[in-house]
Amino acid sequence: MTDITIKITDRNGVLHEVQAPTDMNMNVMELIRSYELAEEGTIGICGGMAMCASCQCYVLNDVLKTERNDDEEAMLSEAYHVKENSRLGCQIHLTEDLDGLEIEIAPEQ
Amino acid sequence: MIETDILIIGAGPTGLFAVFEAGLLKLKCHIIDALPQPGGQLAELYPKKPIFDIPGYPEVLAGDLVTNLMEQIKQFQPGFTLGETAETIEKQEDGTFIVTTKEGTQHKAKAIAIAGGLGTFEPRKPLLKDIEFYEQENRGVDYFVKDPEKYRDKNIVIAGGGDSALDWSIFLSNVAKSVTLVHRRNEFRGALDSVEKVQELKSEGKIKLITPAEVVGFKGSERIESLDVEINGARMHVETDYFIPLFGLTPKLGPIANWGLEIEKNAIKVNNALDYQTNIEGIYAIGDVNTYPGKLKLILCGFHEATLMCQSVYNRLNPGKRYVLKYTTVSGVDGFDGTRKEAEKAVVKSID
Repeated sequence: MTDITIKITDRNGVLHEVQAPTDMNMNVMELIRSYELAEEGTIGICGGMAMCASCQCYVLNDVLKTERNDDEEAMLSEAYHVKENSRLGCQIHLTEDLDGLEIEIAPEQ
Repeated sequence: MIETDILIIGAGPTGLFAVFEAGLLKLKCHIIDALPQPGGQLAELYPKKPIFDIPGYPEVLAGDLVTNLMEQIKQFQPGFTLGETAETIEKQEDGTFIVTTKEGTQHKAKAIAIAGGLGTFEPRKPLLKDIEFYEQENRGVDYFVKDPEKYRDKNIVIAGGGDSALDWSIFLSNVAKSVTLVHRRNEFRGALDSVEKVQELKSEGKIKLITPAEVVGFKGSERIESLDVEINGARMHVETDYFIPLFGLTPKLGPIANWGLEIEKNAIKVNNALDYQTNIEGIYAIGDVNTYPGKLKLILCGFHEATLMCQSVYNRLNPGKRYVLKYTTVSGVDGFDGTRKEAEKAVVKSID
């Protein structure tokens, strides 16, 4: 297992290139929190149950091959600021094939 | 004015367990919570989901943990102010505090324990013109079901696609004259039994479903008379007495943020080396709402913090008084309601 590189644009438009572990059962929401790229209390509010959309991200390139799952689809259908490329960070599991992923954190709900 | 020893703000697991630890020290508690029922996030967000890291429970449903905590604390007769938000705090000259809710209920206490979790749950409101008008003074828009009897023999429209929309539709189908459930998609997301029950009630004609659809406007001069619902691009008109959008809740630290407490990363800073007291003497913060070096937002950590908080309050209220920690197995539990729980005595008997 090796670290992968992910590019994250925060809510202020600043680009961060971060190293993400793939052996700690982490997801994109948790990665953002671990680097404190969004203010604590404004992201991952439900803890990762796809129940709040506070970790909504826009996927900017085609590295990610998986589609939204049912829970995610249901949550995003009721969230604000949703676009075609919206995903919930908590539902994107960090795996080696995500090396090079580029995302932008959506505005607060 | 409600008077108590410890006023707890937040009826989540940490706040509830604090009542038990306070009770062992003969301290009375009263709890304020913005939600209409106790349990906090566990009851509101994920009552049917399991938790695996409560010591001694290999697995427990969040809703069951709340039920158990309520059972565990009942002999200490906690008071509850539910469905109200703590808004202002005043420190009196004698060191006590007066906390007033947005709704005007006043509480006087010797110590304050903020166990507010992620903050006050505020409803996510649909972005509709004039909705502010109809949400006032019983004009027809409600974001919580506080008293189901209010809807007896009325026509109601519920909007939303999650557990609370499903569960309230089921419950109110036995109370209201008619229940219409409007959702943006054909798919609902909830516990399997809830989804199946709504399916069944729909077949029996007890719940009317309108999907995929959205409420886009209101009609009514004094109060709501009907809703405009958009379904597949067409408009339909639904007459109703109440509209209850259940789109989930977003937590906000809320008025507590203005109490002069030191706040860092949307959480209240406390002294974790001692007793979880804040920068204001007599005000404590326990559970997910506080922060300190190494903080972990776990229920089990909240239980520990609640316990130390209660000991500290006891020492503040009884300076110099001798006291040693007691074990419930040894001392039993004496409730304020006169009940006593104790270990069964072992027999002392010779064996021939």
